[in-house]
Amino acid sequence: MVPMAAQVVVVAVTKIQTTPAIAQNMNMVKPVLVALGLILSFLFMGATKAAVLPIERADLLYHSYEGDGVTIDGPSVLLRKNIAGKVSVSANYYVDTVSGASIDVRATASPYEEVRKETTVGLDYLNNKTLLSTSFTNSSENDFEANSFYVGVSQDFFGDLSTISLSYSKGWDVVGRRGDESFEEEADRQKFGLGFSQVATKSLIVGFNIEHISDEGYLNNPYRAVRFLDSTTDRGFSFATEKYPNTRSSTAYSINANYYLPYRAAIYGDARIYNDTWGIKAQNVKLGYIHPIEDDWIFEVFLRHYKQDKADFYQDLFSRPDEFNFMARDKEMSTYTGLTAGVSVSYEWQFSQTATFKKSAVHFEWDYMTFDYDDFRDATAQTPVGEEPLFGFSANVLRIFASIWY
Amino acid sequence: MGFLNKASIRLLLVACIATLSSGCASTFESINESINPLANLEPWVKPYERSNLADPIMSMDRNPVASAYAKHVFESREGARGADGGAGGGCGCN
Amino acid sequence: MTNMNTALATSILAKPLSANRMLQFLVTGAVVVALTIGSISAMAKPLSGEESPDFTLKSRDGGNIKLSEQRGNIVLVNFWASWCGPCRQELPAFEALYQEYQDLGVEILAVNVDDEAEKAKVLLQDIEVSFPVLFDTSGEVSQLYDVSAMPTTVIVDRDGNVRLLHPGYRKGDEKKYEKAIKMLMRE
Repeated sequence: MVPMAAQVVVVAVTKIQTTPAIAQNMNMVKPVLVALGLILSFLFMGATKAAVLPIERADLLYHSYEGDGVTIDGPSVLLRKNIAGKVSVSANYYVDTVSGASIDVRATASPYEEVRKETTVGLDYLNNKTLLSTSFTNSSENDFEANSFYVGVSQDFFGDLSTISLSYSKGWDVVGRRGDESFEEEADRQKFGLGFSQVATKSLIVGFNIEHISDEGYLNNPYRAVRFLDSTTDRGFSFATEKYPNTRSSTAYSINANYYLPYRAAIYGDARIYNDTWGIKAQNVKLGYIHPIEDDWIFEVFLRHYKQDKADFYQDLFSRPDEFNFMARDKEMSTYTGLTAGVSVSYEWQFSQTATFKKSAVHFEWDYMTFDYDDFRDATAQTPVGEEPLFGFSANVLRIFASIWY
Repeated sequence: MGFLNKASIRLLLVACIATLSSGCASTFESINESINPLANLEPWVKPYERSNLADPIMSMDRNPVASAYAKHVFESREGARGADGGAGGGCGCN
Repeated sequence: MTNMNTALATSILAKPLSANRMLQFLVTGAVVVALTIGSISAMAKPLSGEESPDFTLKSRDGGNIKLSEQRGNIVLVNFWASWCGPCRQELPAFEALYQEYQDLGVEILAVNVDDEAEKAKVLLQDIEVSFPVLFDTSGEVSQLYDVSAMPTTVIVDRDGNVRLLHPGYRKGDEKKYEKAIKMLMRE
């Protein structure tokens, strides 16, 4: 009774064709996955019945992000249907409409409007206590095209108290630049994930996750520029295109826990540490509380703190255009602290467990985010070069959606 | 592959042979009992005691359409990425 | 490209032993975990052929029901909970079986394992069943039968012996129960 799923993962991993650069990283990770795939083969000894598929539902979401002079909003539709208790198919259609200009755009160019469309189709297959998940995603906008596929295996064992999961994802990006027809670059990405979760008590579940991501190709944003001292200009500085390394490799480790409080409520938390070959180190921690009232209302609040140290080749201001081999001024690469606070409320209508539509709900979720940069300055400020105030901004994120379960 | 030392490789080989040769639980159990101190562990939360874990508020991902968007918001503005999933828990049915 | 490779190779070696040690720990840890769970038999203690353990539980009508008093009937004991999806799907299937076989000497005892009987009663207002529903709020009977999956169905023959122990429920499993009932009726 040797399981197919783990074997599939092992074979797939050993047969993956990669470029030399990514192969370096994979040499470390592949044997681990092979080992884990083989170990998964064990978990099937004496396997009896099954776990359950994801719940069938349909959701219609309106999302909105407003901050730093930018508004990005749009719909997201998610549908999921289970077939014969073994297979679950899902589809998501998501749109981002971008308008306005962020600090990066305000400092270098003029505002723009853009639309991004993303489609994902997924298939989950349940066999005994193994859940095999696959999905394919396409994201398309006028200057960027991304395709990726994902495969994951999740296995319940030890009386369904433990779950181990492995995941692999591969992505291909084609990067363009508005106004420059000849500009076309590529970037590839691979992700390897390992997760473990454990039911600790009747009310507590804990887990940890590790994810290793490798990128290769054109990895910077073609619209971001570095600034360097230039006494020949009025402002005292000029811009040049960023130059990033061709590869990036990162590892993130996270732990999480969910605890059920005696009066029917739950608290949850997660923490992550991250580092990569660009020198970025980050930590974040989140704590949340969910409070239902009767069968109808569910309230939730959370707080998340994020701290990041800059990439090795990041500087807000360089001395000259070719000072280093790699130069970045993208604020995502800088040293900064982010705080997010969120509240949400939902209301459910329970129909009948035997009816076609079992229940429906409406949800309202609002997050307030702040970003405070330690080494990214507001280059639009009218002050001497290098003495501009450190930049910071806040954003409001909304998620308003309706769901139906069938 | 420096981390896969001889001891680990031997363990793995023993394990693989045990699996592939049979599904023979008894052979495996005797090997296991001789090297593994955790061999007699029993699940401490029974399938019929999972009422709290099965509650939707204890779900790892209560609303996937919203959490996917929230994850995208963070990932596109932060330098860090990865390891933000979670599986397991739930009713453990079937 | 070659420069990249050298640079990358150097950087990989630059975070050397710590990564290797971590992976080594991971692999050996995973092996230990696998050995541990591999040794635990996922099957329930087989009770087939043995006398079914007797129990007395309060039913939703208020009275007590004792399993051994059902001798002479074929009994389907079903362990279920209001929070268990497959259990909820299974109840209407049992109701259909009950409607058909109740007069032919078949009894269904639905043992509810919710920690509060009220939760079961709320669900039963939604999914109506006519067979007896018993409450095992303390989990004692579930433990007695070593219930290893939700739901679990135990089929007991007329002499009180366990003849089928069926963990879990998938659409169509009720046909297996029906087959077992017919076979036991012929004995």
